[in-house]
Amino acid sequence: MSSEIDALTQALARLPGLGPRSARRAVLHLLKRRETALVPLVAALQAVAAGLATCEICGNVDTRNPCGICTDPRRDVSTLCVVEEVADLWALDRSRLFPGRYHVLGGRLSALDGVGPDKLSIDALLGRVAEGGIDEVVLAMNATLEGQTTMHYVADRLAGQGVQVMQLAHGMPVGGEMDYLDEGTLAQALRARRPVT
Amino acid sequence: MDGRHRAAYQRDVPHVARLTLTDFRSYATADVVAEPGLITVTGDNGQGKTNLLEAVSLLSPGRGLRGVALSEMAREGGAGGFAVAAAVEAEGGAIEVGTGTAAATPERRVLRINGAAAPMTRLGEWLSVLWLTPAMDRLFAEPASARRRFLDRLVLALVPGHARETVRYDAAMRARTRLLTGDAPDPAWLSALELAMAEHGEAIARARAETVAALGDILAATPAGPFAQPLLALAGNDAADLGTLLARSRAADAAAGRALTGPHRADLVVRHAAKAEPASRGSTGEQKALLIAIILAHARLVAARTGRAPILLLDEIAAHLDAARRAALFERLAETGSQVWMTGTDAALFASAGGRRLRVESGVVTG
Repeated sequence: MSSEIDALTQALARLPGLGPRSARRAVLHLLKRRETALVPLVAALQAVAAGLATCEICGNVDTRNPCGICTDPRRDVSTLCVVEEVADLWALDRSRLFPGRYHVLGGRLSALDGVGPDKLSIDALLGRVAEGGIDEVVLAMNATLEGQTTMHYVADRLAGQGVQVMQLAHGMPVGGEMDYLDEGTLAQALRARRPVT
Repeated sequence: MDGRHRAAYQRDVPHVARLTLTDFRSYATADVVAEPGLITVTGDNGQGKTNLLEAVSLLSPGRGLRGVALSEMAREGGAGGFAVAAAVEAEGGAIEVGTGTAAATPERRVLRINGAAAPMTRLGEWLSVLWLTPAMDRLFAEPASARRRFLDRLVLALVPGHARETVRYDAAMRARTRLLTGDAPDPAWLSALELAMAEHGEAIARARAETVAALGDILAATPAGPFAQPLLALAGNDAADLGTLLARSRAADAAAGRALTGPHRADLVVRHAAKAEPASRGSTGEQKALLIAIILAHARLVAARTGRAPILLLDEIAAHLDAARRAALFERLAETGSQVWMTGTDAALFASAGGRRLRVESGVVTG
C-alpha cells in the first residue's frame, strides 16, 4: 500500500465510530469508485474546510458566519433554545421541532474539570437577551448532574431579565416501557403527572 | 408452620443452590452445593471459611463483605483473575450468575446473568445479600461514617435508587467544596450546586428515615427474649431547607474545606432499650446481640417489602454468644426463611443449629 493511501486510512481510522478495519473498507470503497464517491467527497470536504466557521451569534458550526439557522428569516426570533454542545443543537434541529434559534454554551459547568462560567458563552447569551426581542429561553441541558447544575446557574443569571425561562420535561420516553425504566425516571414521571387531555 | 409447609415456602426463597469458585482467595477451585436454610461452615483459623462467605457476598453490588480491592481476591499464584459462579434459585426458577475479574483488568468486575453481560445493579433485582462480620463488632464505638455506611446498605436493600441519589449528592458536594476552596467562588454556581445537594440530600434523608422507622416498628413488635432490644434513631439526617443552610454556611465550609451540614454527616444512633444507655456502653457480647437484632429485623423487613428473604452471611457469629443466645439465634434465623451462611472455628458451637454442615480445611470444602 502506498504511503498516501496509508495516510488516508489512518486519518479515517481516527474518526469516531470507525477504526482501522472500517477505515480500510471505506478507503477500498472510495478507491473503487473514484468518480462517483472519492471525487465528490474531496469536493465536499474542501468546501467545508474552506468555509468552516463558528457562528458569532449562537456558537453553531457552519460554513457561514452567521450560521444558516441565525440567518433563516422563517425562524421565530422570540424563542431561544440554550444547549451545551453543537451536537445537542444538531440533535434538536434534526427533528425541526423547535421553531426558534439556538445558543451553544460550549460545555457545562464542572468544578472538578475546571470549567467555570467564564469558559462558557454565558455573557454572550445575556447580551443576546439584553438586546431585546426574546420572550422565552428554553434551557435544554442534559439530565446529568453537571447539566442540571449548569441549567440552574444559567436560570439564575437570566432571572430578572424579563424573559420566561423554561426547562425540558423529564419522564416517560415516547414508546418507552415502564418495566425498563430506572426508578429515578419513573419517580420524575410520577411527580410530573398531568390531567389526561 | 409444619415441615411440609416450610419446605414449600423455602423453595421460593432466593438462595444459592451451587457455588463454584476459581482462583478465588485460598481456593484454586471449589464446588459447593447448598440448600435453603442454615449452612454452617467450620474449620480452623485461616482455612478459608470467610472466603466462602465473601464469594457469596459478591452476588450483590460492591466490593463484598471485606470491602477490599478486587485485585486482593484473586488467588496468589493463580492466573491473576478470579471467578465466582453461582446457580441461584430465585422467583420463577434458577438463574446462573457469574462474576469475577480478568488478569488484564484486575480492578474491573464483570457480571453475567444467564450468560449475558449485565450491570451490577441488576443483581438487586434477583436477590439481596446482608452480612455481619467481626469487623463490625465495634460498629457502635466507631466514627459515625461506619454506622452511616451500615445504614445505607440496609436502605439500599429496600430502596435501590438510594445508590444513585448518593452518587449525585456526593458529586455535587465535591464540586461545591472545590469551588469554595478556590478563588472567588461564583455565588450563582454555588447556588446551583446547593440546589442539587438539597434535592438529592432530601431523597437520601427520606429513604433513611423511612427505613429506620420501619425497622423500629418491627423491633418494637419483637419480644425482647434473649436478645437486647435496640432503639434506633437518626442524628443529623435532617435535609429540610438544606439549600438555605448550605448557602448560609459557605464561609464556615470554605474554612473547614468540607460541607459541615447535610445528610452526609448523619449517624445511626442505637440505644440499648432495657438499659436505657447508648449501645457503645454495652459489653462486646451485648453490642453483637444488638447488631444481630437489627439484622434479623431487617431480614424480616426486606422479606415483607420485596417478597424475597435476603441471604444472610454471618461471619464468626457464635463468638461472644452464650449457649442460650446461640440456640435462640439459630431458631430466629430459621424463622426468617433466609438462606443463612455462618462460620465458626468449633463445630460444637453450632450443635443446636440444624441445616447443612460444611467443613473447610486448607482451601478444600467437604460435607
